[in-house]
Amino acid sequence: MPKDGGIGASSKRREDVRFLTGAGNYTDDINMHGQAYVHFLRSDIAHGTITNIDTSAAAGMPGVVRIFTGSDFEGVGGMPCGWQVTDKHGQPMQEPAHPILAQGKVRHVGEPIAAVVADTLEQARDAAEAIVLDIDELPAVVDMKDALQDGATKVHDDLNDNLCYDWGFVEENKDAVNKAFEDAAHVTSLELVNNRLVANPMEPRVAVGDYARGTDESTLYTTSQNPHVIRLLMGAFVLGIPEHKLRVVAPDVGGGFGTKIFHYQEEAFCTFAAKACNRPVKWTSSRSEAFISDAHGRDHVTKIELALDADNNFTAIRTETHANMGAYLSTFAPSVPTWLHGTLMAGNYKTPLIYVNVKAVFTNTVPVDAYRGAGRPEATFQLERVVDKAARELGVDPIALRRQNFITEFPYATPVAVEYDTGDYHGTMDKLEEMGDFEGFAARRAESEKNGKLRGLGVNCYIEACGIAPSNLVGQLGARAGLYESATVRVNATGGLVVMTGSHSHGQGHETSFAQVVAEMIGIDENMVEIVHGDTANTPMGMGTYGSRSIAVGGSAMVRATEKIINKAKKIASHLLEASEADIELKDGAFSVAGTDKSVAWGDVTLAAYVPHNYPLEDIEPGLEETAFYDPSNFTYPSGAYACEVEVDPDTGKVTIERFAAADDFGNIVNPMIVTGQVHGGLAQGIGQALLENCAYDENGQLLSASFMDYAMPRADDLPMFDVDHSSQTPCTHNPLGVKGCGEAGAIGSPPAVVNAVVDALQSAGKDVTHIDMPLSPDRVWAAMNG
Amino acid sequence: MYNFEFEKPGSVADAIAALGTEDAQALGGGQTLIPTLKQRLAQPSKLVSLKGIAEMQGVCTGDDGAICIGGATNHATVASEAGGYPALAATAAHIGDPAVRNRGTIGGSLANNDPSACYPAAALGSGATIVTNTREIAADDYFQGMFTTALDEGEIITEVRFPVPEKANYQKFVQPASRFALVGVFIAKYADGVRVAITGASNDGVFRWAEAEAALSSNFSPDAIDGLSLSGDDMISDLHGTGDYRAHLCGVMTKRAVAAAA
Repeated sequence: MPKDGGIGASSKRREDVRFLTGAGNYTDDINMHGQAYVHFLRSDIAHGTITNIDTSAAAGMPGVVRIFTGSDFEGVGGMPCGWQVTDKHGQPMQEPAHPILAQGKVRHVGEPIAAVVADTLEQARDAAEAIVLDIDELPAVVDMKDALQDGATKVHDDLNDNLCYDWGFVEENKDAVNKAFEDAAHVTSLELVNNRLVANPMEPRVAVGDYARGTDESTLYTTSQNPHVIRLLMGAFVLGIPEHKLRVVAPDVGGGFGTKIFHYQEEAFCTFAAKACNRPVKWTSSRSEAFISDAHGRDHVTKIELALDADNNFTAIRTETHANMGAYLSTFAPSVPTWLHGTLMAGNYKTPLIYVNVKAVFTNTVPVDAYRGAGRPEATFQLERVVDKAARELGVDPIALRRQNFITEFPYATPVAVEYDTGDYHGTMDKLEEMGDFEGFAARRAESEKNGKLRGLGVNCYIEACGIAPSNLVGQLGARAGLYESATVRVNATGGLVVMTGSHSHGQGHETSFAQVVAEMIGIDENMVEIVHGDTANTPMGMGTYGSRSIAVGGSAMVRATEKIINKAKKIASHLLEASEADIELKDGAFSVAGTDKSVAWGDVTLAAYVPHNYPLEDIEPGLEETAFYDPSNFTYPSGAYACEVEVDPDTGKVTIERFAAADDFGNIVNPMIVTGQVHGGLAQGIGQALLENCAYDENGQLLSASFMDYAMPRADDLPMFDVDHSSQTPCTHNPLGVKGCGEAGAIGSPPAVVNAVVDALQSAGKDVTHIDMPLSPDRVWAAMNG
Repeated sequence: MYNFEFEKPGSVADAIAALGTEDAQALGGGQTLIPTLKQRLAQPSKLVSLKGIAEMQGVCTGDDGAICIGGATNHATVASEAGGYPALAATAAHIGDPAVRNRGTIGGSLANNDPSACYPAAALGSGATIVTNTREIAADDYFQGMFTTALDEGEIITEVRFPVPEKANYQKFVQPASRFALVGVFIAKYADGVRVAITGASNDGVFRWAEAEAALSSNFSPDAIDGLSLSGDDMISDLHGTGDYRAHLCGVMTKRAVAAAA
């Protein structure tokens, strides 16, 4: 019987009522009295020296309030990087300055050079066109391997070269790994590209800066996944505003996918300019601006090698990856190809020796940072592709080869520094085999062939590390922030609750699922619980939502705070019931004395807390409000097995996805419907990466896919009906809900399944194709078939 | 976008008068022009909307049996009302998405002559007549290269006349992002021969594939295309496909159009 409320119920998403009826409050819906608008003049060349900016004519144009250039920000902090990676020699990464507006040079198409604040947006745009700008163009650095050549043009003159860092992990294992390759019975190697992507959330970025002269308080309304992080970074490192004079609000946010984690120049600018102009200043990104100013994702070029012994046991993995940082270090960019990627290279397999090398490279392109999955899709893709290739080379069943090498005993300490607490990889694969009807594949292939199509089946596994993260651990790894989460539970006198969380919902449905957890714990209707998020003024300091962390870390903080509430409420109940506190039980929203029929309702207890006439004032304070901060002791490790069936049109190279099955283990599940929706969205983005999405630059650093005319987003008719299951559940052992997180799984697990399936289809027709780089667009597949 | 004057005349004569202003620009459904204006890539002094001209609206059948479509008729209307020429109606039904089909017009599409648009292939493949406020232009004379037509300054398409073939079909292989034609092939079989018009592929815009027309005129079957090929040298080569790939698709889509022709 499905539950109709609480943990495990598919409660309808309460927030959707306002989203779907036009009653949401997005940042662009916020308009302040006296608001001015900013238009950024952005570089249209990739690399050059600014020789002249003359704003004098523009400054006199109608409606112009003020024009800012880089010189207005001398002495103001630049954009900070939140993670310092130490290279394989023990040296810190090279970290260039990252100005709010270009200082002397431009380093990528889209870099803001000047900002025009005017009464209207059109006036700001008119004036921006009147700015006289001269730039001496320099050669653009686009290809990562070219960027590392001796004598290559430097993106940053004050750095030694274009190498941000050369990271080895685990460096001490390198010789043993090399030895294992010398001793291997078989080595499979594969060179591949993990294609650069643009996140393209439905809502573009928006920032509104406001300044209250009377109180010297600044407020930033922004499209962020983590308003407290923005407040900390912008206040402490950029503008020098203490937290008590700075409020950051991220109201309804229409999708983030990672790209709204980071602190951007436009946020700092609007906050700064609001004070400088003594007027609210608003910026709304156009879609065209988003393509050249939102941090991009992925962009790795990798060589991976897998060593096997004579019995097909994996003995070692060795990888060499070039990771594109773009022109500047976005907030968490250095962590993505390293700690979020290298630590996942064991995957689901008990490979004893692993060595990961990553060279992070500066180029004259938009900065690259975390995008749904962030490092883990890159790890999964290369691992699951090379395992599949090995199976084909060895002539063994790809599923059997995987099963043979599965980790089966937990906890399991990998050779790449993490310890999986739980998992059941055979269990999810069993479920996948049942869902995928693999026995029926031959008949389906024969049917496709009758229609002139090639059919392929691709299978893969994945593991991810979510619930980021133990603060002491990530501190050792270079994070410049803690990664706990927080919650304040405020019980009102009449029994309703407001939960103020440091997590942020931008599509995930926290307002529904978080309420389910608290309601379940107390035994009340979930409509009595309101979830508040997104405003630093009324939520405790929290680190926000990304990395599938919210229910695992934010939910745990909420559980801890609610436990404190229940403990205090029991004291009040024991007083009202004149019974020992140890005998008080809470069930279905009532406190009772064990073994008796004496009870007191939840509402009576909460009322007593605020009207303490009959109340143990000598023992406890009035009121019922508690805060908890939760710092996890480990990551969580969701895992799963995915299967994709494709048809390939041999005449055109067009790939269509006919079936897709996903068997996931997310541990315990709070709202199965929301989880299914998260998996659907992740699959759509993973399949988008595999088949459609391609952020491409030309050799001059011009973005070729700078609009939806050339950047292919997945549409509904590109996707099949998904078959999603999450009944395999090995609960997390170290958080109170036993949850693991589900937000990124679909995007992590699906790209290799698609590519494995296409390779299977082509090989079934006798084509000697072992790999095609994503996206597997028709022209690429046709070229591979006819190469 | 920059400021401009706006007029919505009720007759062709008033529209032509309004377009006499320097730098005035006719506006059909705006599917290309409006995004161009929003990007500040054009600065007309005046937009003259053709949507209010009743005589440029709708689909009818001429005395000679041709399907006549008013220049300001949107794609959705053609899709639903040009049943007398099913392949044309089907072509219109697959241009863009519903929003595009309810705004975009046949006259606008043909006047713009985007090298990847569908209607140029239908018009050239059907040997249509482009009727303007001053003259009638045969499709073979009308299309003069990418975004280039025989239209003079201030001349507007008032009607397009399509002779109805015995059989016809349009096959579009879409560019994955824009879903314009990466290659689109319109074939039409008339009593006096077969016409094959290809959009999306060539650097010179829509063109007729003469060898395929000759082969199909003597043998209207997919096999007739075997052995025929186009050179990729003058084809569009971009992020979505090389010239050689497009040339290959021209053959594939032509065969499919023949097989599907009804």
